[in-house]
Amino acid sequence: MKLKHDNIERNVGLLLILTMLAISAGGLVEIVPLFFIKETVEKVEGVRPYSPLELRGRDIYIREGCYLCHSQMIRPFRDEALRYGHYSLAAESKYDHPFQWGSKRTGPDLARVGGKYSNEWHAQHLTAPRSLVPQSIMPNYPWLGKTDLDYSDITLRMKALRTTGVPYSESKAEYERNVKEFGEDVAKTLVIADAEKNLVTQAQLGNYDSNPGNISELDAVIAYLQVLGTMVDFKKYDDDYFVKFR
Amino acid sequence: MSTASVANPSSIDSSATLASSAVSEQYNYEVIRKFTIMTLVWGAVGMFVGLYIASELAYPFLNFDIPYITFGRLRPVHTGTVIFGFGGSALFATSYYVVQRTCQTRLFSDGMASFTFWGWQAVIVCAALGNMFGYSQGREYAEMEWPIDILIEVVWVTYLIVFVATLMRRKQPHIYVANWFYLAFILATALLHTFNNLAIPISLFSMKSYSLFSGAQDAMTQWWYGHNAVGFFLTAAFLGMMYYFVPKQAGKPVYSYRLSVLHFWAIIFLYMWAGAHHLHWTAIPDWTGTLAATFSIMLLLPSWGGMINGILTLSGAWDKLRTDPIMRFLIVALSFYGMSTFEGPMMSLKDVNALSHYTDWTIGHVHSGALGWVAMITFGSLYHLVPRLWNTPMHSQKLINVHFWLATVGILLYIVAMWISGIMQGLMWRAFDDFGNLQYSFVEAVARAHPYYVMRAIGGASFLAGMLVMCYNMFRTIREGSTEVHDQQYAIASAH
Repeated sequence: MKLKHDNIERNVGLLLILTMLAISAGGLVEIVPLFFIKETVEKVEGVRPYSPLELRGRDIYIREGCYLCHSQMIRPFRDEALRYGHYSLAAESKYDHPFQWGSKRTGPDLARVGGKYSNEWHAQHLTAPRSLVPQSIMPNYPWLGKTDLDYSDITLRMKALRTTGVPYSESKAEYERNVKEFGEDVAKTLVIADAEKNLVTQAQLGNYDSNPGNISELDAVIAYLQVLGTMVDFKKYDDDYFVKFR
Repeated sequence: MSTASVANPSSIDSSATLASSAVSEQYNYEVIRKFTIMTLVWGAVGMFVGLYIASELAYPFLNFDIPYITFGRLRPVHTGTVIFGFGGSALFATSYYVVQRTCQTRLFSDGMASFTFWGWQAVIVCAALGNMFGYSQGREYAEMEWPIDILIEVVWVTYLIVFVATLMRRKQPHIYVANWFYLAFILATALLHTFNNLAIPISLFSMKSYSLFSGAQDAMTQWWYGHNAVGFFLTAAFLGMMYYFVPKQAGKPVYSYRLSVLHFWAIIFLYMWAGAHHLHWTAIPDWTGTLAATFSIMLLLPSWGGMINGILTLSGAWDKLRTDPIMRFLIVALSFYGMSTFEGPMMSLKDVNALSHYTDWTIGHVHSGALGWVAMITFGSLYHLVPRLWNTPMHSQKLINVHFWLATVGILLYIVAMWISGIMQGLMWRAFDDFGNLQYSFVEAVARAHPYYVMRAIGGASFLAGMLVMCYNMFRTIREGSTEVHDQQYAIASAH
């Protein structure tokens, strides 16, 4: 059979198979290797899974569609280094299911917003942004402070994430592994069975929303914002250490 | 088609009227009519939501402190209803029409075709309501949570079966070029949807799920999806539409068969490599971005191949641009397609992207493709299609013309506003003063964008006004039309 385009046009099966081959190539070459090349995610200390309270905050961040106006990905440019800090590393989002790098900066990047502003600032800013930044076009989120945080299914959430590979621990052995990797203090926050207790403790100690009486959605969101970009201590690394991973 | 009818589009419609009632028993038009009506409905709804969120950015008080209508929740409602509601319904309608007409056979399984209609509408409604109530996967253009994703999967496989089975019972030896594009779109969408939505639900009774992949791998998967949703859902499929409706409306064969073969294989192969250009300068390995940029540049060739093939189909009948407003929609659509497929590869260059990424320029680029190409080719095709589905000429040629100008002026206002604000943002973010400090705080760029956000909203309002004019014109046409007679004829014919 001579290979003529005429044959493809006369045969649905052939058209289907050849089309499938043509559209599969790009993804196979570009995406699949990323799961196997070690350099995709650089080796760096400090990155840990989110605590239960931070995780619930992240869920609310996704629920409200924050990623549609705020990126979490600082590019390796001088202006971004001055404005936002060290450029983002792949390792810093290795526990992010889904990633929240974003594609638009209607508002500023948030990859390293953690620790830049006080909890009180965030509480007021999220509730009424223009009371602090008059020219801001961000919506008010007054309901975050008024809504009690629902953490009844926190263990289910952590178990689902554990299935995807996040090292939340169910067994003693997993806990020991986490102690080795993250240290005892962090490992304790990753125990699924203690999730509710840990969440309540962090919210009460942190008092993120300046309202000690209850645990609100605002507590969770601020706890999440305050940890963004703070896990890696860049002082520990030489300036050019990360370049080889690019 | 004679030159006399070329000068008078309504005579084309009346000749088609006779033809289509003669073939009524041969084709399943019922499902096409339903999808056509929903194309209009979702177009109006989705564009209204778009105008509303554009206005929220210009005047934030419009968020009214109501969770369900804040920008972050409404934005996926806008993208979902215009891409999948308006665009999707238009593709179902036209692909079912084109595959039947070019294969000269009835659609495979009325029941399955009808299921794709109701299933798809359920998807759009659930996705929109779900987003408003805060159920989101947090992935752009794939915000629908896992139960909706499963419904999409089922509807889509049914669609694939209906389409392929119809191709298999064609009465023509050759599969017409438009169908290659529709087939590639259906296959690619199935592939993209499946792999981008791999997620672990937290329980079978909860809408919440977590993406199976994380970080860099998740980003690559998402933008492989995001870019090719544009490449196949919003490009290849609408090229299929172009390959049927442009030659039909022009009354001339496609300009070059050879070019259509070449650019079909080139476009479906090359598109899939280009997704990582959405992730330039991010934490993915550099080589993926370089590869993606290279393929993006190569993509210019088949993209323009399609544009040239469409526009030159009109050669020898250029006067139609003066006399036929439908032709004007189709040709302007191809022109915008050419422009945005030039702009896209340019923005995929790393140096340009360093300036354009994260700014309004991207939003302008998307809309020159989505409004200029996707919506305009759809409008032109529907104005061709509706008279044939309801056996009557369009209610008003004049209103088609009004729609054309409202839409064109709207697009121009929109993309010019976004070019200015986008480039301005990029430049302000990277500006340094004499001492090497950042010259502007972030919010200064936000404040400067305000007039352009207003201008964008006005452009969007004009485009929406055109859409509403179309809905009115279609409503009158359909009321004047005669599906009932049509169906009775079919009933009588099949009873014999």
